[in-house]
Amino acid sequence: MTIEELEQIAKSVQQENAGYDYEVNVCMDLACASQGAGALKDALVKAAEAAGKKVLVRRTGCMGPCSHGPLVRVDPEETLYHHVKAEKAETIVQHLGGSPAPELQCDLNDHFDKQVRVVLENAGCIDPEKIGDYIAHDGYKALLTVLTEMTPSGVIHRITESGLRGRGGGGYPTGLKWGTVAKANGDVKYVVCNGDEGDPGAFMDRSVMEGDPHRVIEGMAIAAYAVGASKGFIYVRAEYPVAVSRLTTALREARRHGLLGNNICNTPFNFDVEIRLGAGAFVCGEETALIASIEGRRGTPKPRPPYPASSGLWGKPTLINNVETYANIAPIVRNGGQWFHDMGSERSKGTKVFALTGKIANTGLVEVPMGIKLREIIEVIGGGVPDGHKFKAVQTGGPSGGCIPEEMLDVGVSYDALLKMGSIMGSGGMIVMDDTSCMVNVARFFIEFCMTESCGKCIPCRAGTAQMYTLLTRICTGQGTMDDLALLEDLCVTVKETSLCGLGQTAPNPVLSTLKYFRNEYIEHILHKRCAAGVCQMAAVESENEVVA
Amino acid sequence: MRKNGFARHALIETLHTVQSSFGFLDDDAIRFVALSLHVPLSQAYGVATFYHYFTLKPPGKHTVTVCAGTACYIKGADKLIAAAEKRLGITPGQTTPDGQISLMTARCVGACSRAPVVLCDGEVAGEITSEQMLEQLERWAVE
Repeated sequence: MTIEELEQIAKSVQQENAGYDYEVNVCMDLACASQGAGALKDALVKAAEAAGKKVLVRRTGCMGPCSHGPLVRVDPEETLYHHVKAEKAETIVQHLGGSPAPELQCDLNDHFDKQVRVVLENAGCIDPEKIGDYIAHDGYKALLTVLTEMTPSGVIHRITESGLRGRGGGGYPTGLKWGTVAKANGDVKYVVCNGDEGDPGAFMDRSVMEGDPHRVIEGMAIAAYAVGASKGFIYVRAEYPVAVSRLTTALREARRHGLLGNNICNTPFNFDVEIRLGAGAFVCGEETALIASIEGRRGTPKPRPPYPASSGLWGKPTLINNVETYANIAPIVRNGGQWFHDMGSERSKGTKVFALTGKIANTGLVEVPMGIKLREIIEVIGGGVPDGHKFKAVQTGGPSGGCIPEEMLDVGVSYDALLKMGSIMGSGGMIVMDDTSCMVNVARFFIEFCMTESCGKCIPCRAGTAQMYTLLTRICTGQGTMDDLALLEDLCVTVKETSLCGLGQTAPNPVLSTLKYFRNEYIEHILHKRCAAGVCQMAAVESENEVVA
Repeated sequence: MRKNGFARHALIETLHTVQSSFGFLDDDAIRFVALSLHVPLSQAYGVATFYHYFTLKPPGKHTVTVCAGTACYIKGADKLIAAAEKRLGITPGQTTPDGQISLMTARCVGACSRAPVVLCDGEVAGEITSEQMLEQLERWAVE
């Protein structure tokens, strides 16, 4: 495969598409598919045939606003239709070339105008199982440019210059990590993609792997060239069977086109990727546990150092990055480091994909420039809290993150700002809660999660989370005392400071952040035995009332 | 196993294949896998019990899985679980005595935008109410 051949493929795909008068893109991501997008696609094909119009009906990845599904976009007009049922297929075909069908048209300009799409640039435009579609959208151009025109250190320099930071949550500078692995001694090195999206409430990585799998593979190949690796692994959760099958297809296609394998692009560079399945363990998102799991062992973390960059998979230097980090690589190489550097806030560059869920009007995937205010994400892009309820908090970072109250919403989103507020960027889950959520109960939910997901290797995490859960349960059932609260706070600090890996060190965050911003709810539970949101069942109070009656 | 070249590090892949073929991992299967891949039986058993995805008990004819991820929890997944528990008389992870229905919970299936989510034999049903879920359970129970 050479650059000329790549352009040839792109051209032939474009010519083929030009043979159609209209392109109808149907979102087939999980949310839309569960609302009948499959039947809709078949109906559209049939309706187009019946009407005698030349229409290309294409299956695509997630378009974004899942709460409006199933979604259909008609090109070249870029008309977006929402809540399209299969029986509406004929209506859409009838309106092709004319004015859009008014009853189905989706008006979400506020939602899209604030977004900047880098990682999701192809979402909703390409068929994830066709490599030609990806190549026609500048796919694999970055890889071939890198192989023929750039040195490994040149690639690392460009990534460093872009200011990209790890999108898995920690925010470690990607260029620095690549540089460390590149410098590490060893003939054999590995590149690993962390697709173990364990955070409940987050599904960005799933959408990227399902909607644009080649982008991840291209990013990994560029990384492998930069650090000197020839073997890669993608670690995917077993809960994402579609992502696994799309990646398998993508890998096969890439091999067939000579974009993976030996002597890629007639250079001495060899690289291939294998898929490894997770099996439902949150702790495997931690890099040392992930390595153990790829090696076929129980996913228990190891103390660091040594870091995987010097001793990782089978003791060899290993580069581990998140799906979204790899997805950012190809655009950075194509457009230059400065282009990426110009987006975002001072210390957090580029864009971030968030999965907006919970009590909010427009649930789904959004990609925003770093530094955007939380309020804009929630009120403008998300459309605010529905059903007349009042916004209470937004939770970021999953079980390792924290809850951010209304008064902090005007802060710009960045790694450092979120950390300062007691939360973390995390992989990008953003769950909105309204006044029907009890913050004590939310904290208890997360601690229960961490308790069951703790691998049990170190004591602070194994025993600490269990004790915190007991204390929170007492408070939630109206049996808590102020001493319990003091003990809980004490325990939070102990677990945070003495746990072995990220899971334990961040497990107290939901409790600490709710204690910081919603302390009155804890006090109310303890002193007045009352849960304002009406979530917690106060056993003790009910029996007291009976006595009085 | 042959696909992965009988590699020892492909233990988890192999167990996945066994579970998708037989529905669960029994002692014989684990013993066979350990022997074939030349890994200690303790490691094979350890892996099979460590990961939530593997089950050592045979599942029922139908499986209802309630997602207990954060978004689903905020939207009332706990009520769905309680309703299913009450109807079936079992707790999550168990199967009804007649072997018809298994009740499971999942740690997020990634369909958070349609919370609360229930998987009925692997089919995603989003924005589901307790009534809709119970209807499905009734249909299965009379089969």
